[in-house]
Amino acid sequence: MVTDEKLYSVLDGIQRPEIRQNSDSPSDEIEIATRGLNFFYGRQQALFDNNIDILRNRITAIIGPSGCGKSTHIRTYNRMHELYRDQHATGEIIMGGVNILSTEVDTIDLRRRIGMIFQKPSPFPMSIFDNVAYGLRVNYRLKGGELAERVEQALQRAALWNEVKDKLEEPGTALSGGQQQRLCIARSIAIEPEVLLMDEPASAIDPIATAKIEDLMFELKKNYTIVIVTHSMQQAARVSDYTAFFLNGHIVEYGVTKNLFTNPRMKQTQDYITGRFG
Amino acid sequence: MKSTRKTARRKGDSTFKGITFAAALAIPLLMAGILVELIRNSRLSLAEFGLGFLTSNVWNPVSGQFGALSSVFGTAMSTAIAMVIAVPLGLVIALFLVELASPRVSAFFGTAIELLAAIPSIIYGMWGLFIFAPFMANYVQPLFQKTLGFLPLFQGPPLGIGILTAGIILAFMILPYISSVTRDVFGMVPVVVKEAAYGIGATNWEVTRGVTLPYSLRGIVGAGFLGLGRALGETMAVTFVIGNNHHISASLFASGNSIASTLANEFTEASEPLYLSSLVELGLVLFLITVIFQAAAQGWLWSIRKKLAT
Repeated sequence: MVTDEKLYSVLDGIQRPEIRQNSDSPSDEIEIATRGLNFFYGRQQALFDNNIDILRNRITAIIGPSGCGKSTHIRTYNRMHELYRDQHATGEIIMGGVNILSTEVDTIDLRRRIGMIFQKPSPFPMSIFDNVAYGLRVNYRLKGGELAERVEQALQRAALWNEVKDKLEEPGTALSGGQQQRLCIARSIAIEPEVLLMDEPASAIDPIATAKIEDLMFELKKNYTIVIVTHSMQQAARVSDYTAFFLNGHIVEYGVTKNLFTNPRMKQTQDYITGRFG
Repeated sequence: MKSTRKTARRKGDSTFKGITFAAALAIPLLMAGILVELIRNSRLSLAEFGLGFLTSNVWNPVSGQFGALSSVFGTAMSTAIAMVIAVPLGLVIALFLVELASPRVSAFFGTAIELLAAIPSIIYGMWGLFIFAPFMANYVQPLFQKTLGFLPLFQGPPLGIGILTAGIILAFMILPYISSVTRDVFGMVPVVVKEAAYGIGATNWEVTRGVTLPYSLRGIVGAGFLGLGRALGETMAVTFVIGNNHHISASLFASGNSIASTLANEFTEASEPLYLSSLVELGLVLFLITVIFQAAAQGWLWSIRKKLAT
């Protein structure tokens, strides 16, 4: 059983779920740790002192009402915000002992290690094959048989191969929304990242396609650390091992998913999951 | 009561549809009207010269011999030079404005480019004749002759005016169209698709080449044709600097003429019906060239639509 006292270390102010007594956990290594993470859109602060440990080979869900900073939070992990001049983050995000917010860390390299799936399927304007091959080409200059092999592997692991193997030369945009989203997952995992960030990956697709993506996530977590932002509490409850509840840029509560939903510690969490706001 | 109101509203809808349809119909009607009039007014020349009009280089109002070849050649050459310069330059400018420049810098240059488009063509012509042509004669053409003078393209006296100068002036004139339209097209590439490309470790250039350019191809071609259309028909500035003689030369330094410049120069002198008819036929040729280019571009885009899939 999980002991709530150890779950939330109040002393250092860091949200860290207790996982040691969790018998089904093969590892309890920390993949990503944020420390004092703040985020600003211009002068407007959007994240406040976020401290969270994301655990390796786990699915961590981030829930909270619209505009609470869920997406903003995960977009700092691969420094996607740096594409926009008026956005900046302060504090630390530690991955492999290095603060990845440091200017010494190359964003190209970082984004190779941390893949991202977006709310809307975003196939590139090219064939299905080329979509998956894109990352392999730009990052590893792969060609020919090796490239084809890696593309097939990625499509297999994204559970899309059987549906597209006979039409690899067709444009990625010709697929259905759910297939496009799995194509994007294949594209991301083709380059073997360590972490997959999913920003509401199922909000634009139908329930059956959503179920497929969720099944896929269980497969993927064997090899990847997954952080999923979701609007759907049901989805968070179904797929995640840990859940963090965000409110107004603060991490209100973070813990084992089952506990957070059945026995929340904080009143705001309780209010949110019982539908009193948001 | 309620149903009457409903019928009245329906009627409003159909009236509205009728008005908008009529407005849209004006476009093909106008096109057809122009084409018919061009053909009707050039029938004398069509009957006299037939297809030989297109292949003859003779333009002699005194003997009543008219051929379009030198005008078509000058139009084609000056337009080609303009496109070769303006398309890549316009693309690069647009990429800088959208992908690389800070919003403030982008806004400044964007406005500057739009101002460039607002300059009347007569100003370009005067500037071309008095400032740019001497500059070409004194600096640019001697440089070409020194380095590439062995090519037939760069032989002959560096007079300043001629096909090359006309082409470069045209490039300046169509550059703002091409760069501002492509800028808008680049701006329409969905942010999420670009972020997805950055998200798997692509560099700025890789995103541009792999995502932004293919996504924008349709719009880029459109921008190119907007520029092409303008270059083909541009009259005033070209008339100032092209030299205006019915002559075909391999050298870009040589003076020549274009369809539009011939029309501008000679309409007032065309006293003979055949002369006038030949000038109208030149206009018909220009009209057909533009239509054919547009149709070819649309056809090409249609043939690659599957590959683009945007």
